[in-house]
Formats: sequence, structure tokens, C-alpha cells
Amino acid sequence: MRTLLASVGIAALALSGAASAGEDAVLSVDGEVFVTEAAAPDHLENVDTIYSGWVFRTDETQELQLDDFDNPSFIFLDQALDTWETVDGSEGKSCASCHDDVEDFAGLKSTLPRVENGELVTLTNLVNECRTERMGAEAWKYSGADMSAMTALIAHQSRGMAMSVAIDGDAAPFFEKGKELYYTRVGQLDMACANCHEDNYGNMIRADHLSQGQTNGFPLYRLKNAKINTTHGRFKGCMSNIRATPFKEGSPEFKALELYVASRGNGLSVETPAVRN
Amino acid sequence: MSLTRRDVLVWGAGSAAALSLSGLPAFATATDDAVMAFTGGADTMDGGITLTAPEIAENGNTVPIEVDAPGAVSIAVYATGNPLPGVATFNFGALAGSRSGSTRIRLAKTQEVVAVAKMEDGTFRKASATVKVTIGGCGG
Amino acid sequence: MAKGVKPRVKVPKSASAGETITIKTLISHKMESGQRKDGDGNVIPRSIINRFTAEFNGEMVIDVALEPAISTNPYFQFDAVVPASGDFTFTWYDDDGSVYTETKSVSVS
Repeated sequence: MRTLLASVGIAALALSGAASAGEDAVLSVDGEVFVTEAAAPDHLENVDTIYSGWVFRTDETQELQLDDFDNPSFIFLDQALDTWETVDGSEGKSCASCHDDVEDFAGLKSTLPRVENGELVTLTNLVNECRTERMGAEAWKYSGADMSAMTALIAHQSRGMAMSVAIDGDAAPFFEKGKELYYTRVGQLDMACANCHEDNYGNMIRADHLSQGQTNGFPLYRLKNAKINTTHGRFKGCMSNIRATPFKEGSPEFKALELYVASRGNGLSVETPAVRN
Repeated sequence: MSLTRRDVLVWGAGSAAALSLSGLPAFATATDDAVMAFTGGADTMDGGITLTAPEIAENGNTVPIEVDAPGAVSIAVYATGNPLPGVATFNFGALAGSRSGSTRIRLAKTQEVVAVAKMEDGTFRKASATVKVTIGGCGG
Repeated sequence: MAKGVKPRVKVPKSASAGETITIKTLISHKMESGQRKDGDGNVIPRSIINRFTAEFNGEMVIDVALEPAISTNPYFQFDAVVPASGDFTFTWYDDDGSVYTETKSVSVS
């Protein structure tokens, strides 16, 4: 592990400056300025300042998020708006039948996941609960195209609001579980989330500029696969990359990790739908 | 379409094979052939055309480029390191407000991107830019 | 028609006569390159948008030929001259024969 980290450091020296553009850049969309750098929440022990993943991207990638037309996410949000109005299931309802305006969901993403009746719930859980309990429709696949687009549309309503996820009270045990997962080394490469996203953010891991792994921009569009990506999908990717067997999307582990990672970003603006590499 | 890193590597390998042939004098590169087809064999001159592309692309799957050639009738763009060099040809009509266009392209690996403009006077202009295509450290 | 294809176009609603305006277009499309193989090693057939045109009141603004090297969800930005009030028509031609169109009106004051 030590050797690996050392070589990461050398790569960082060799490439620093080349791909690490825009750390002083300002993220602003239609005149609205986003908080991409903030004092770390009190519960973070090893980090003083938190940064949006946007800060770590190159100028060209950053620019794609500065204009809602240049941002390719919005074709998927448009699709989700169509879905919003479309009746599905045995009850003859669409999303719009109960929730007239998707804008009413401002402030939801910034507080999720949260505990309801002793259970940790994510935005995806809430959407599927509506589908199965109230619409009589089939649950969507956790990170399927329909779900990714719909959760992006709903999360987008909170854009610009500060992430503010509760970690005390009922949420405390889930927070502790997520924290433990964050610091537990797993996989053939024997790495924890913290090894990259806490110990080495800002450094290059080969050709990649490591971010803090913040989730304030999720669901988001990745240039890599040209579609909307979810937090659990991203967690799965990270785990595969360190040669670990990923938890399942929607699993208690990923939900707890989602809560913990989201809380590490408390204070950053919601950017959904962000654009990343 | 979503390209995984492996796909891109395979793509790159295919074009590397193509490149190794290009050293033989009897074979022009696929890009040369494509440019020849566009120009009809006419010489290309430098200047009068601007090709804007990032020095480093974070992901070869989506690389923003812009071409601009005042007085051009059409502009063709080629990716010399892709398995097929053609990228796009912009043909400007009577109501074009400029002879420029932007799009997002796929690059299989680090390579030279070439733009050739056919001008109103029948001459051809050429510009190129090298784009380094990086692959994420852990393929993620 | 390929599934989930949706165009998105940004055009100013108004302009002055003869003004040059910037237009941005995006369409959701996989742009399957024909270079990839599926899990069984069979080539996935090419399926792309191969042509995009923008016209204003029937006159051509730009006519683009697309190759498989254009990224998924093809994006174009270009400029157009608006001589008078009228309609822009944007057309995308799919390999499978489908044609997608979008119209935007501009009023000239």
C-alpha cells in the first residue's frame, strides 16, 4: 500500500498543473453562484475544507456545467418530465396526479438520505414507494435509466441549496455504519474510500485527478458513459476498481455509505445534474 | 452508446495496427485518403482556419471541438488516430451566420485532429491540434 | 424509431432583422459506432445519426454529415442570420431511416 501511494505521489508531481485546471474557477449557472468550497462540517476529523468534485475537473469539463443547454443531463431531465406526466400502473396515476409540480421537491435532495420510521430511505426508495404503493406500478430498477432520470429531475429542484443531511438522532446508527464502511479497506487492492478521497484528493492517480468523492452533484452526467449516473452506481464502480466485490445498489451498506458521504458534503451546494469525466 | 475503457483500448489497438502500416510508402494513411477525397487532390494551405480542441481530454468519449474558417463553404474534421478518420463535415448554407461550428467528438487515444476547409475561392485550408486522451487512474 | 430519442434546441425567441444568432442543438442518441462487439464477440451494428440540418424558412443554415466519431447525444453549436420573422426547422437523420424534427419560431422586430 505504501508503495502504491508513493507512486501515486510521483505521478502527481509529474502531471501536476497539466490536468488540474480550474481550482480557482467559480461555478455559476444563469447568475447563480454555487458553493464549491466550504469549511468541513464539524464531524469530519481529517479534512478542514470540503470541495465539490467540479473543482477537480479540467476547464472543458467544468464549462459543460456552466450552461444548462451545454449540460447534456438536461435531455434526460426533459425525458423525466415527460415520464412525470405519464400515467403508469393499476391506479391510473402519474407522478403529477399527486404532486402537481415537481418544483415542490425543492429541499428534498439536500436532506437525503433520511430516516423514516426507523428505516433509512433514499430518493430512489421514495420514488419506488410511490410507484408500488400509490400508483400500482412496478418498481424501477435501482439505477436504471428511468430511475436515474427521475431522481435527477427531483434532485435538480434543490439545486443551489446547501447539503444538509441529518446525522444525529435516528440517523446516528446509519451514519456510524456508513463511516465504518468509508474507512474499511476492502478488495484485492486493500483500499478504503478514505485512501483516495480523503488522503489523496487533489493528487493524480495515474491520469485521473482525485476528488473528495462528494455526492452533491448526483445524479450526474458522466462523459465516460454519456448518461446519468447514480451514487450507488458510482460506489459500485469504485469498489470494482479496487478489485472488491461491490455491494448491491440499494443495499443497506450502500444506503448507509450514501448517508455518510452525503454528510461529508454538508455545506456544499446541490449541483444536480452535475457533469463529470 | 457507452464506451468502456476496454472498448477504447481495443479501438486504440486497431488504429495502432493501421498506423504501423502507414510507414510503408505505398500506403497513404486513411486520413490522407479522406482528405484527398475532400480536396480532390488540391494542396492545402495553413492559416485562415482555426481548430480549437483541449490539450488534454479527461475522457476521449466526449471531447469538445470548434472549427472556424471565415469564407469557408465547408469544413471537414478528421481524427487521425481513430479506426475511421472521418468525424464530421459542416456545410454552410446561405443563412449561416459564420463559417464555424462546435461539436463533441470521440477520440480513441492521444492523436492529431485535423480540420480542412474548402474556401469560396476553391482553395483549401488546413489546421491541426494534438489532443492527449487520458484514461482514468483506476479506469473509473 | 430508435428508443428514447429526444431533441433539444436553444434559439433566441426574438432578434433584429439581419442579426446573427447562436443556436445550440442536442439530441439523445446512442451513436453506436459499429466498432464495438457484444459479449459474444459479434460486432454491434452501426446505428448513428448521419446527418443534421438547420433551415430557416426553407433556406439552409448548416448541413452536417456525421460519422461514428461524433459523441453519444450529438451536440452542435453554430450561428445563423435571421433576415425576417420565421421558423427554424432542425432535422436529424437516423441510420435506421427515422427522421426527427424540431421547429422554433423567431420574431424579428
